[in-house]
Amino acid sequence: MQSLISAAQTQDATAAAGGIDPADLAISTKSLRKVFRDKVAVRGLTLDVRRGEVFGFLGPNGAGKSTSVKMLLGLVKPTLGSARLLGKPIGDREARRRVGFLPEHFRFYDWLTSEELLRVHGQLCGLRGDELARRIPRMLDTVGLTPHAGKQLRDYSKGMLQRIGLAQALIHQPDLIILDEPTSGLDPVGRRLVRDIIRRQKERGATVFLNSHLLSEVEVTCDRVAFIRAGTVIEIREVKEFERSYRNVVARVGRLAENALHELEAWGTEVRLKGSYLSMRLHAAEFAPRVVQYLVEHGVEVYEFTPQRITLEDRFLEIVSGDEGL
Amino acid sequence: MTGIWIIARITFQEAVRKKLLGMALAAGAAFLILFATAVHFQAAGFQERHVPLFLQRQIFSAMQMVGMYAINFLIVAMTVLTSVDTISGEIASGTVQAIAMKPIDRWQLMTGKWLGFCGMLTAYALVMIAGVNLVSAGMLGTSARHLPVAFALMWMESMLLLSTTLCLSVSFSTLTTGVLVLGLHGLAFLGGWIEQAGSLTDTPKAVLAGVAASLVMPSEALWRRAAFEMQSPLATAINVSPFSGASVPSSSMIVYAALYTCVALGLAVHRLNARDL
Repeated sequence: MQSLISAAQTQDATAAAGGIDPADLAISTKSLRKVFRDKVAVRGLTLDVRRGEVFGFLGPNGAGKSTSVKMLLGLVKPTLGSARLLGKPIGDREARRRVGFLPEHFRFYDWLTSEELLRVHGQLCGLRGDELARRIPRMLDTVGLTPHAGKQLRDYSKGMLQRIGLAQALIHQPDLIILDEPTSGLDPVGRRLVRDIIRRQKERGATVFLNSHLLSEVEVTCDRVAFIRAGTVIEIREVKEFERSYRNVVARVGRLAENALHELEAWGTEVRLKGSYLSMRLHAAEFAPRVVQYLVEHGVEVYEFTPQRITLEDRFLEIVSGDEGL
Repeated sequence: MTGIWIIARITFQEAVRKKLLGMALAAGAAFLILFATAVHFQAAGFQERHVPLFLQRQIFSAMQMVGMYAINFLIVAMTVLTSVDTISGEIASGTVQAIAMKPIDRWQLMTGKWLGFCGMLTAYALVMIAGVNLVSAGMLGTSARHLPVAFALMWMESMLLLSTTLCLSVSFSTLTTGVLVLGLHGLAFLGGWIEQAGSLTDTPKAVLAGVAASLVMPSEALWRRAAFEMQSPLATAINVSPFSGASVPSSSMIVYAALYTCVALGLAVHRLNARDL
């Protein structure tokens, strides 16, 4: 009887997580809310991040991204709601032992050398002795700071600080890595390095939660993205969907009658004719051949017909539009 | 527990690496040289003028008290100035985020900081107090009375100010914390003198006002008790000394100061636990 109840509970929990076993979730939040005095920073964040995926967390300035991240890490206490990290309630010490975090502006004691900094962070994460001694040079090599290992942080550039910040987040090989604007202050070489590191972490089986404004980086590195506005998730999508999303079309046409524009609305929206250029957004990419067929069958001269992909940036701007940001 | 020692070690290391401790000790050495020079010339002057030995001893004892008073001031300044930025500064710069999200509880973070400063300040107080008394012992053949008790009381004063500073720095900016702690110590200092003056002039209400000030901040009371323990038997007998004498803080006040320290540290931990970082 007990096992039946237990099985039923497991099924319920799985259903609640949208078909995903809660044990497979690296991050799970339910109606997470944070109010600072009279300002609502996060309205009600509900989000599931699967283990092993690279998850992008996108939104305009002031959307509540950093506050959400801080709540996940136990740095900020939620006003309402609940969240779990690697199956444990937020703030749990054991969960934190398996999490690596790079803050947006990484700062640490500038009188330390990078080797000493990694030693301190490694020790705080429970690493000791030979294992720690082995990992420090390896991490310095990973982030390209081996030649600067003995330098004090006060002599580091912004980009170098970001790299050593990334190294401290990874020194203990965490299962979940939370990166807040990791490419901030990095040159193209540094950005490439971060991309490679994220890829390697994913290959290792780690989950990466990426908060970034650089949408091109997100598009290249992430499996899924969440768009957040005013502290609420607006949409969660697979990044691959954007690769397949040829929903905008532009055609150079001749002899197109005005009344045809209305009929084209059967396959899409925002149908416009500017000079000889017809543009529209299709309800689905599969409607493109039907539009061409309609145009040809109705005697329209079609000189060009170009499907255009909706990029992550397009969608981001759509979501951001109407939000003045902060 | 390991987390506490990592934080304590790095806090102590910071004082050493930022040359705080080194510079403080260098300034302390300059003070000791000045003190030794003054004692040397005073002793030579007494010999020339054949001042009676009894009077010489009283004057040397008073000089020693002045020396200890200056050391006490340096310890107070060192305590407040070194610790005032540690929590508020790290919260403002975001440095604390990279530490607080690690598998370490916030009480461990606070306790580690406290222990690191405690180690540094204890070493400083030991060197300075030992320095003054070694100079006295070497040049005059005498040192302060009840030195271990006096050291313990001066150390307690430093720990009390340290705990108060850490407690306030969780909620206030560095500058505000500094102003508040020094303001409270100034209140205690003034209260101490009011208590002395009230006692000498037999004005109970003034004594009460002084005691009330010591209850708000008992730091100065600890110094006055330490001075009472160290002063010469004659000063104790005639009840006249610029540092204690007329009204001596009771043992209850010492216990109160110890409790004050514990409560301040407990509050510091509680506030750090409760606040967003």
